[in-house]
Amino acid sequence: MAGQTDPHISLFSPQEVEFMAEDEMVEIVPNMNMDPLNFIAGDYGRFVPQIPTQVPLWLAVALKRRGKCTFRPPAWLSVDNLTQVLEAEREPQSKFQPLPSGYIEIARLLFDHARDDIPDMYMVKSLVEDIRDVRLHKLETNLGTFGADTTAVKMNNVSAMEVNLVRPFVIRALEAFYRHDKPERDADRDARSSSSSRQPPREANNEPRRPLRQR
Amino acid sequence: MASNSEMGSADFESLLSTSDVELLKRAWRNEKAAPEILPYQGDLVERAKGQIELVEGNIEDYVEDGIDPLVVSLYQMDLDRTQFLLRSYLRVRLLKIEKFMFHILKSEEAESRLSEQEKAFARRCAADLTKHFEESVLLKLPENYQTVQKQSLISDEDDMVPEPNLDTFVVCRSKNSLKLNLYEEGETPVILDLDRGEPSFVRYRAVKRAFESGEVELI
Repeated sequence: MAGQTDPHISLFSPQEVEFMAEDEMVEIVPNMNMDPLNFIAGDYGRFVPQIPTQVPLWLAVALKRRGKCTFRPPAWLSVDNLTQVLEAEREPQSKFQPLPSGYIEIARLLFDHARDDIPDMYMVKSLVEDIRDVRLHKLETNLGTFGADTTAVKMNNVSAMEVNLVRPFVIRALEAFYRHDKPERDADRDARSSSSSRQPPREANNEPRRPLRQR
Repeated sequence: MASNSEMGSADFESLLSTSDVELLKRAWRNEKAAPEILPYQGDLVERAKGQIELVEGNIEDYVEDGIDPLVVSLYQMDLDRTQFLLRSYLRVRLLKIEKFMFHILKSEEAESRLSEQEKAFARRCAADLTKHFEESVLLKLPENYQTVQKQSLISDEDDMVPEPNLDTFVVCRSKNSLKLNLYEEGETPVILDLDRGEPSFVRYRAVKRAFESGEVELI
């Protein structure tokens, strides 16, 4: 449901992340004739057999499921490119390699619905999974380096799904560090000005807290 | 009624040609990510509602006319997606209002961020909750402890009112290279360099002003 059962408003569910990724454009080759579609989201088409067009991923999957088109796999989803990316990711101390922000979602949807459109599908699939593992491992080790001096965490080239995965932990960890640092900084401020420090306002997250009303 | 048809690029949507759906998606994302309630995008919601109603009417016509069910189902999918965005946006706001209702009603500024219906909702909700607390608990407590908003009449401030936690961390991305001053006034400033398009976790209070002026977006 749209945010109703979620006590933590600011967290996106994986389905919501996938929803956002579904708006990315992909190339398809239709095998039928169809008039242009005037959606609220935009205008797509017209669809002519054998002429490639760009459509959003959700539309492409819908058409593919009804057998109306084939996919042109995106350039980054090739054995060569992925092998390169995997090699680079495996280098010790390397940063995250540039990959489309929705690569996990796009790859999964294509594997599920368009296996025959991807050359060397099994190879590509195992490469993507390996890449995911390596990146996840890198994320975990990175998280272990948080300290009291961590004021911000950069997530360059980290995909949307991966960011969402670590989001709850990172937020809580950074909040805890910040809060424990605060008494020191308040003490500093007191020393400089003579006004008494305000009590921090009550937060609304008193976990675990059962909602009063059953939803 | 011409709707902007071009969708922005995956990384950085340009403001010039953004469809309403794109704007709604951004509003939804921002609202979900921010700890406090953001100004109500009244125009956007009205336009989206109008477009949704239009398409709903169209779909009924298509079904009657016997147009290819495939096409009808595609229009239906697009409609569903847009409806989801709109509903989720409104629901997230309602959740925030419920959480922070006393705080919002106390401050003019926060109250101005709500739509008319939301204000009515907030007032009714607060009134109901107050009444519930009074009847079930507060009137049975000793004299000094009977208000909803303070722990006791001795407290200086309304410390029973939950406030949004502006010191929480959010993931943000900036449109251009940006330098952020990370600590509050009067302390040693720590400057954070944000490159274009690089997501990072930052304290919300530090990015609040940049976010409100549109230089930074929350994801």
